[in-house]
Amino acid sequence: MFRVRFHGRGGQGVKTASRVLGTALFHAGFEVQDAPRYGAERRGAPIFAYVRADRQPIFERGVIVRPDLVVVVDDTLLTLPAAAVLQGIAPHTLLLVHSAQPAEALRAKLKAPGQLVTIAPREVAATGLQPQGAMMTVGAAARLLGVVPRQALESAAGEELAALPAKLRQRSLALTLDGFDGVEAPGGPVRELPAEPAEDYDRPRWIALPFEDARIASPTIYGAGTSMLSKTGLWRVQRPVIDRERCRRCVWVCGTYCPDNAIAADAGGYPVIDYDHCKGCMICLVNCPSHAIAAVVESQAREAAAAGDAP
Amino acid sequence: MTRTLLTGNAAAAWGARLAEADYVPAFPITPQTEIIELLAEWMQRGAMAGRIVMLESEHSMLTAAGAAAATGVRVFTATSSQGLLYAMEMLYTVAGWRVPLVLVNVSRGLAAPITLEPDHNDVLAVRDSGFLQFHCATCQEALDGVLLAYRLAEDARVRLPVMVNMDGFYLSFTREPVRLPEPEQVRRFLPPFDPETLYFRAGAPRSQGVAVLGGAQYSYFRYEAHLASLGALRVFEEAAAEFARLFGRSYAPLETFHTADAEFAFVMLGAFATKAKQAVLRLREAGWRIGLVRPRLLRPFPAQALVEALGGLRGIAVIDQNLSTGMGGVLCSEIGAALLRAGARPVVAGYVGGLGGRDIPVEEFFEMARETKAAAEAGRCPPTRLLYTEEELRQTRALQAIAMAE
Repeated sequence: MFRVRFHGRGGQGVKTASRVLGTALFHAGFEVQDAPRYGAERRGAPIFAYVRADRQPIFERGVIVRPDLVVVVDDTLLTLPAAAVLQGIAPHTLLLVHSAQPAEALRAKLKAPGQLVTIAPREVAATGLQPQGAMMTVGAAARLLGVVPRQALESAAGEELAALPAKLRQRSLALTLDGFDGVEAPGGPVRELPAEPAEDYDRPRWIALPFEDARIASPTIYGAGTSMLSKTGLWRVQRPVIDRERCRRCVWVCGTYCPDNAIAADAGGYPVIDYDHCKGCMICLVNCPSHAIAAVVESQAREAAAAGDAP
Repeated sequence: MTRTLLTGNAAAAWGARLAEADYVPAFPITPQTEIIELLAEWMQRGAMAGRIVMLESEHSMLTAAGAAAATGVRVFTATSSQGLLYAMEMLYTVAGWRVPLVLVNVSRGLAAPITLEPDHNDVLAVRDSGFLQFHCATCQEALDGVLLAYRLAEDARVRLPVMVNMDGFYLSFTREPVRLPEPEQVRRFLPPFDPETLYFRAGAPRSQGVAVLGGAQYSYFRYEAHLASLGALRVFEEAAAEFARLFGRSYAPLETFHTADAEFAFVMLGAFATKAKQAVLRLREAGWRIGLVRPRLLRPFPAQALVEALGGLRGIAVIDQNLSTGMGGVLCSEIGAALLRAGARPVVAGYVGGLGGRDIPVEEFFEMARETKAAAEAGRCPPTRLLYTEEELRQTRALQAIAMAE
């Protein structure tokens, strides 16, 4: 059985990409199971999807703990612990990353135990989401499996993208096929992990759950302000940046509209954005009366910050 | 018959479409909403006749469903979790009206704490409402289950509402290959609804769901609903036989997997039973004689079939994806009672797992088999085990530290 796990951000087309692969494998004669996995997240939050394919009925369900192929649509997730991109990867696992970084450097950085293949991004959309990246990456994923004919991928992408406007559909389809044609795995195609034998398995470390009184065992958060610990700013793909020259210090406007209460005034009365918790919704930008807020693609803002330039 | 990839939600919606449901009262709730979204889309573009109406709550939705069924139209509706419980009063009421309708419940754990992921406490909370219950383990069953449910609900010998249950996420959002039957063939299996005496109209006044005091009449109506439910087992078997003839897929009240020569068996409901099949195959490769028994029908309860399948085994591991607080697993106690009354005494090991979508990995099935065998050798039923690992408690402790619940 092939077990493929996709990682990306909400809005990047990860669910669609996983469905393209699922349908392509189905057209190639496989039994298939595919599903996205999300909770209450929104655009930009890490999400994942999985695809299983086998030549016989599939008797597994739910999360893939031991993937054969991990497909990463957004390389900024690689260093994000919450995305758990590297969870359960083994020496046989092939990592496919949509990234401009060289494969060898990335492999060394991540200490990936197996093969790592990159597919270079074509462009970064102004929205920072790169939805086209998912299509190119899924094309490459189909190629790396070594069992999906180009024709099966093409017809699968055609079906799954049928609802898109014609121009976008054709572009996405072309990118999918470019991804298929433009990738090579020097170490050979994806390998399937043999089933775990029932004689020799890791015994679950079950415990008898201790009784605890209701103060502990009720779903209550006693500490105030704990949501500060959740860095929802990591979901951001676009960063609002304030131009102090233009800002008229009417901080009650942007500060009130901000749904995350992530804008406060500094001593001089200028708005300051808490980038740990700003999700990049850009409601402040839309409402700023003096047009003093600009949208910068988050990955570029981070690169600029790393190079020492102010964001 | 096309074979295509569908989510469980889409499969259930196709069931309603192929059944040519006339009326769909609706209210959105995760993880069910995709069902009513699809039906709304089909009705809007004329791919499906019938009418969908958004109500202001699930309580009203069930009231509308029951009232519409009383006029003699074919009614479909769907909900989940909190929504099902919000409709609780009307579930009992419309079942008491003895009107046929089909409700798909997409299982999701109940608050509090609130979650989106599945377990069966929602559907088991309404176990005694009078609705019959069909539990699915695949997306195909979600589609076929809706068709079978209409046959059952509308049969003059039954005329009770039917609930088709599937697990949120694990089926609702998961695509797998599903055979879509041809509409013509479905019409042969499920002809237009003949409402007989169901013609509730303003112009033909009648009193429905009347008051009765003193107990004798109340008992009569309750007992009659019970007898109709028990009789539905036979009606189901008839319908399933015809279904198999027309569509080539067999649905016994119990699914049995590798039980012919088994000494041990896993017993469970719903989509997680798919994982048990994997464990059965691996264990068999290692020399075990083990199988899986999965009730599709929970109400009526297929007691006799369960006794036949399990009575002669050395040990069974009943895995409940629900928890009756202060008692244990619901399925385990029901099966234990059926076996005891039949004088059959395999060792019963009870497990509770999969609550709120908690995974049950294959190693846990191996371990449950090992424990059940050890219990059978000792001749004693072990206490119910709540599946939980050291690592899970460690994670919970880390969150409790943040919550200052120490």
